[in-house]
This record gives sequence, structure tokens and C-alpha cells, in this order.
Amino acid sequence: MDWVNAVVQGTLLGGLYALFAAGLSLIFGIMRLVNIAHGDLIVLGSYLGLVVVTATGMHPLVALIVAVPVMAVLGYVLQRGILNQTLGDDLLPPLLVTFGLSVIIQNALLEGFTADPQKMNAGAIETASVSVGGLQLGVLPLLTFAIAVGVIAALQWMFYNTALGRAFRAVSDNQEIAQLMGLNRRHVFGLAMGLALAVTAIAGIFLGIRTSFDPAAGAGRLIYGFEAVIIGGLGNLWGTLAGGVILGVSQTLGAKIDPGYQILAGHIAFLVVLAVRPQGLFPRVSG
Amino acid sequence: MPDPLLSLSALDAHYGDFQALYGVDMTLMQGEVLAIIGANGAGKTTLMRSISGLSQNAPNQITYINQPIGALRADQVAGLGIALVPEGRQLFPSLSVEENLLIGERMGRKGPWSLQAVFDLFPILEERRAVASTSLSGGQQQMVAIGRALMANPDLILFDEISLGLAPVIIKSIYDALPGIVGSGMSAMIVEQDISKALSVSDRLYCLQEGRVALEGASQGVSREAISAAYFGVGS
Ligand SMILES: Nc1ncnc2c1ncn2[C@@H]1O[C@H](COP(=O)(O)OP(=O)(O)OP(=O)(O)O)[C@@H](O)[C@H]1O
Ligand SMILES: [Mg+2]
Repeated sequence: MDWVNAVVQGTLLGGLYALFAAGLSLIFGIMRLVNIAHGDLIVLGSYLGLVVVTATGMHPLVALIVAVPVMAVLGYVLQRGILNQTLGDDLLPPLLVTFGLSVIIQNALLEGFTADPQKMNAGAIETASVSVGGLQLGVLPLLTFAIAVGVIAALQWMFYNTALGRAFRAVSDNQEIAQLMGLNRRHVFGLAMGLALAVTAIAGIFLGIRTSFDPAAGAGRLIYGFEAVIIGGLGNLWGTLAGGVILGVSQTLGAKIDPGYQILAGHIAFLVVLAVRPQGLFPRVSG
Repeated sequence: MPDPLLSLSALDAHYGDFQALYGVDMTLMQGEVLAIIGANGAGKTTLMRSISGLSQNAPNQITYINQPIGALRADQVAGLGIALVPEGRQLFPSLSVEENLLIGERMGRKGPWSLQAVFDLFPILEERRAVASTSLSGGQQQMVAIGRALMANPDLILFDEISLGLAPVIIKSIYDALPGIVGSGMSAMIVEQDISKALSVSDRLYCLQEGRVALEGASQGVSREAISAAYFGVGS
């Protein structure tokens, strides 16, 4: 039963990792941009939630109503103002610029909030649990997982059933020809980054409710996000969810063997997948 | 004489240090069909790229309805009603046949072309609307590429080598569809390797040779000798 419990808890944890990863997966899929600042943007989302909660007294989950649109606008502006200038045949400029952005965000957060760990208080929901088939499941992890599934299902639906999704796929396939169809790729990329940071805001708030965070917390989230994307296969959002779950389950199983193995077990699972199937478990089948 | 729909004046084009077009002058009247011919590497695709905005030029080198468009981006040029059927078809592989057509409609311009009108022109596409565009034959892909451009309801449509690599029977069916397209008053520029095809569908022709206009004239009036001289650069 303990092992079953570990697997179930790990699966739920995987929901959070999938939220970390979804934005990365989206922007890599659409514009082949590897965003080194992604983890710091998640933490920025946590701080944004904290500021909203402190200023208004809102419940952190209600603060999503503010944090999500603010991060979305920030994403659009960031893409149009800076990141679009770095895109081209060379992969290095976007890496360097997002690395610089990562440093800037960390230092700005340090200036504004000090290095002290912060946490958002979500009240009773943090400790509430339900009993399912003899397992005690936390309401917050369950909710996080449900939101992750909902976000990925919504993104997937948008991708394959809306004009915006069609535009994303077209620009991703062939930027020049998409431009001929009247799609301004700079604008489309801005929308993609806006969408990615909207998801990042959700990830940041769930992170900030679940654990304490500080300005340097981004690097770890970036690693988990990357690992989930790579395990699942590039450019496949459901694969990213599966990748998050595999990472989460490996960690809880590792912790079951020895609490010190938790983090290591996740990285080992990642390395094994990378060695055995470098393209990930569920790479996008390009048509 | 009325103002031309499109005019090029002293159009140059470069790829890095390499110059591909030298001072090209060209006019196209409303409703006219121009044929652009020339040997491989003469600069025909480069000309199409310049007009459609895929490569940038000085604003006044290209004028469309009395408006300088040489420096506009391709999406802006598309919005003004110029559509390109690119060389090699270039469909979007992750989009279905129907989605490839629908994406052409984005400009929201009014006109006779709709999904149904394209399906009426090329009925095979309606049957295959849900499949991935990559699973079509070359000829069917070319029909999608033409349909995709028509969906924008352009005033001027540019065809870059529509018959390249296609079987003769397919080429015939595509050319049979052409009068239905340009008959509605749409102007067109057709790049074509097959000179008799080019002459039969066009009002006037331009022959490019190494980036320069070597010959221009009414399609019915030019002699075969003049064309071969302009094409291969012999005898001049
Ligand atoms: N991307 C590029 N970079 C450098 N040179 C190029 C590029 N594209 C074309 N060229 C050169 O520009 C010249 C004109 O090429 P273009 O493709 O316009 O010719 P074309 O008339 O369309 O030929 P084809 O009949 O083979 O399609 C050629 O000499 C070609 O080698
Ligand atoms: Mg060409």
C-alpha cells in the first residue's frame, strides 16, 4: 500500500511539474526558443501572486484572476520588445538573452523582496485531504493535478481547433509562407509567449502555495520543466504531462527507498529516458 | 492610359553580396495576365519574392494601386490583395488540407472565393479535406497551394512554376482551371518554364535573363526567334 501511495502522490506531484513545463513546451514547439529564464518567470509569478494577495487580501487562488492576465501581457511585451530580435537561424542569441533575463529577474526580486523565503497562505485547503480507497489524498495536490490536466487539454484543444492554434502551427511549420498568409510572425510569437506566461502564472501560484520560494528558486523549476518536456517528447503537450508524472513518480519512489534519493531519482529517470529514447517517449509525429 | 495596378521601377534585389535583379521595370494593368519566362537562375522567383514582400526593397521600387509597397512586410502586402502561389507548393505539413485552405482566408477580404468555391474548382480536395496535406499527390498539393492563395480573394495572384514536376494530365487540369480564376477580373503573373503554355494563357510576356528584362511584348506578337534570343542570350 505504501508503494501505491508513493505512485499516486508522485502522479499528483507530476501535475505541478507539467505546469512548470507546459509553457516551455509551447514556446519551443512554436518558435524553437529555449527559454532559460522560464524558471525565474515561474518564481516571478509566485511573487506577483504574493503581492496581489498582500495588497488585496485575496485568496491566492483568486489572485490568479490578476496574475494570469498580467503575466500574459508581460509575455507579449517581452517577446515583441526583446526576444523577437534574437530569433533567427542561430540558436545562441536567444539562449544568451534569456540567460541574461534570468539574472535580471533574480536580482530584481532580490532587491524588491530580499532573499528571505516567502510563502502564500491558502488556508484550510493546504491541509485538507480526502480518503480514496484507503489512500489519503491532499486536496491541494489533487486540485493542482486537475488544473494541469485542464490547462493541457485546453492548450491542446486551442492548438487543433481554433484559428489561433492554426496560426501557431502554420508559423511553426514555415515562417515565410505563414507571413504570405497575412500572419505577422512577430505578433504570433508575442501571442505564444503571452499564452506561455499565462500558464507560468498558474504554475507560479501553485508553487507558492505548495512550498516556500525565494528569488533563487527558479533554477530548480527550470530543470524540472526541461526534464518533463524532454521525457515526454518535444512539441507534444500530453507527452509533457506524462513527462511530469514520470518525474514526480520517480521522485516519490526514490524518497520511499531513502528520503535522500528523492531529487536524484528524478534526474536518473530523466537520464535513462534520454539515453534510451533521446527523442522522448511521445515525440510529435509531424505529419 | 489608366494607371497600372502594379509597376516596378528600377527594381534591384540582392542575396548578400550577390545581385539577382538589375533595374527591372515592369507594369501590369488591371485584369491583365503577364507571363514571366527565363532560364534557370534568371531571377523569376526573386522577382516574386520582392513583389510579395518576402524580400525588402526601397519603397518606390514597387508601386501597387499608386501606393509604394517595396518596403512592406509580406503580411502587409498580403493584406493589400497580392497573393503568391510559391514555387514548390510549400504547404503547411502540420495542417490538414482544409486547414491549409482556411489559413488563406485570414485576410478577411471580400470576394467570390470561399472554401466551397475552391472545392467546386478542384472537387478532389473536398474528398480529401480532412487528410494531412503531406499525404496528397504533387498535383493535389498544387491545387491546395492555388486554393490557399485564392482564399485571400486577392486582386493580383502570382504563380511561381505551377506546373513544375507535375504529370502532363495534371498540368492540363490546372491550366484548364485558370480561366475560371483570372476570368473574374483578377490580375495574374505567371512564371512558367513551358513557353507555349506561358504564351497561350497570357496577354503579355517578360523574359528575364540574368536578372535583367531581356524582352517584353504582347504574347501573340513576339516571335519564337526573339524569345530564344532573349532566353538564352544568343544573338544579342
Ligand atoms: N537564397 C539565396 N541565396 C543566394 N543566392 C540565391 C538565393 N536564391 C537564389 N539565388 C540566386 O539568385 C539567382 C536568381 O535565382 P531565382 O531563384 O530567382 O531564379 P529563377 O529564375 O526562379 O530560377 P528557377 O527557374 O531555377 O526557379 C540565381 O543565380 C540563384 O543562384
Ligand atoms: Mg524559381
